Amino acid sequence: MKVEININGEPVQREIEARQLLVHFIRETPGLTGTHWGCDTSNCGACVVLMDGKPIKSCTTLAAMCEGHEISTVESLEVDGQLDPVQQGFHEKHALHCGFCTPGMLMTSRALLNENPNPTDLEIRTAISGAICRCTGYQNIVSAVRWAAEHEAATQEA
Amino acid sequence: MQTPALFEYERATSVEGAIESLTRLGSEARIIAGGHSLLPMMKLRLANPEHLIDINDLHELSYIRQQDDEIRVGALTRHVDLLKSDLLAERFPLFRDAEHVIADPVVRNRGTIGGSLCQADAAEDLSAACAAAKARIVIRGIDGERVVDMEDFHIGPYMTAVGAGEMLTEVRLAIRPGAGSAHEKVERRAGDWAIAAASAAVWMDGGTINDVGIALSAVGLTTVHVARAEALLRGQSPSEELFAQAGEMAAADCSPGSDGRGPVDYKRHLAGVLTRRALSHAVARALHQEA
Repeated sequence: MKVEININGEPVQREIEARQLLVHFIRETPGLTGTHWGCDTSNCGACVVLMDGKPIKSCTTLAAMCEGHEISTVESLEVDGQLDPVQQGFHEKHALHCGFCTPGMLMTSRALLNENPNPTDLEIRTAISGAICRCTGYQNIVSAVRWAAEHEAATQEA
Repeated sequence: MQTPALFEYERATSVEGAIESLTRLGSEARIIAGGHSLLPMMKLRLANPEHLIDINDLHELSYIRQQDDEIRVGALTRHVDLLKSDLLAERFPLFRDAEHVIADPVVRNRGTIGGSLCQADAAEDLSAACAAAKARIVIRGIDGERVVDMEDFHIGPYMTAVGAGEMLTEVRLAIRPGAGSAHEKVERRAGDWAIAAASAAVWMDGGTINDVGIALSAVGLTTVHVARAEALLRGQSPSEELFAQAGEMAAADCSPGSDGRGPVDYKRHLAGVLTRRALSHAVARALHQEA
């Protein structure tokens, strides 16, 4: 079947089997391998992307179900060489080690800050509770999201 | 790589159209909504539908509203909307209790109440919550609607009263005076299925328990409805002794299996303790004595 999905503002059209999962549709698009394919069981959160602004697990969503929807991947965060505050926060606070969970953590955190610009640490931990970091770097990830929240608030005030 | 077996996909544009497709395609067709139960089952070949009918465009099935003396919840209402609904939290707070601990926030953006109930997994929380709240389930087919009591909805493991050519369209919750409810769950880690969970709803008439619903998750082949404890409590004045007795009945009347989440005696113990806590919490809410 022919499916067209808008990914990061660009329409991507491809002939696929109906069973193709969104994560594979994304990763088979040139330049979009940032979304990671992890546990395949909707547990680990490495594959999180935004669908119409809401974080979803792309390993448990059919590509066909996304036609007519806007998908945003980790590649959409950096604009004109400018890192998104959550990316900058991960850099500042050393919030990645092996990096495998990072794309999902970034998108999950971005969605949190879009909805709740000043989350408590508990709210950050709840938001990323569906994302697993096997380097166990949660403390630094929480610090990074907090850094991003504070940085964004400061930027907006300035 | 885990990939479902081949199937044909179609997107429904109306409830009538979805039912027409279900009727035409027969028992090899399944509805897909959030897909967070069905797709994992398909990856493991535990479900092998030949046709999937996607109902995600049927926004008319996504609502939580009060109509007369009922709260009506559309089948496509997502977990996140159940969690955030103040109307539901005010009348049936056990749904907010349950939704805080169903999967994780990202999964809750997709999973739906209709999908959860139709999956009919005995470990799933909303089935117990709906059973305790004495929900009635609206099932639509080619010949119209029928309404089934939650007690008659689950007919076996992963089996419901929804027949071939039918779909669940709505969950109805009767608003009655003196209501209080709570859901208590113990899980291994954030977002996991329950080791055991208990849902309780009470309807108080002054200092007397006028009516009560108690249901358990993950401690039987289907959602466990604890009728014996309900009979014990009906017409009584609430007390911690009585709740403890109800808990003992729940522990005795459930039939958990031993697995990676724990041995049978531990799960029975949890069923008892969680039933007692859910009842205590539900009554406190009904009497507005919640700490």
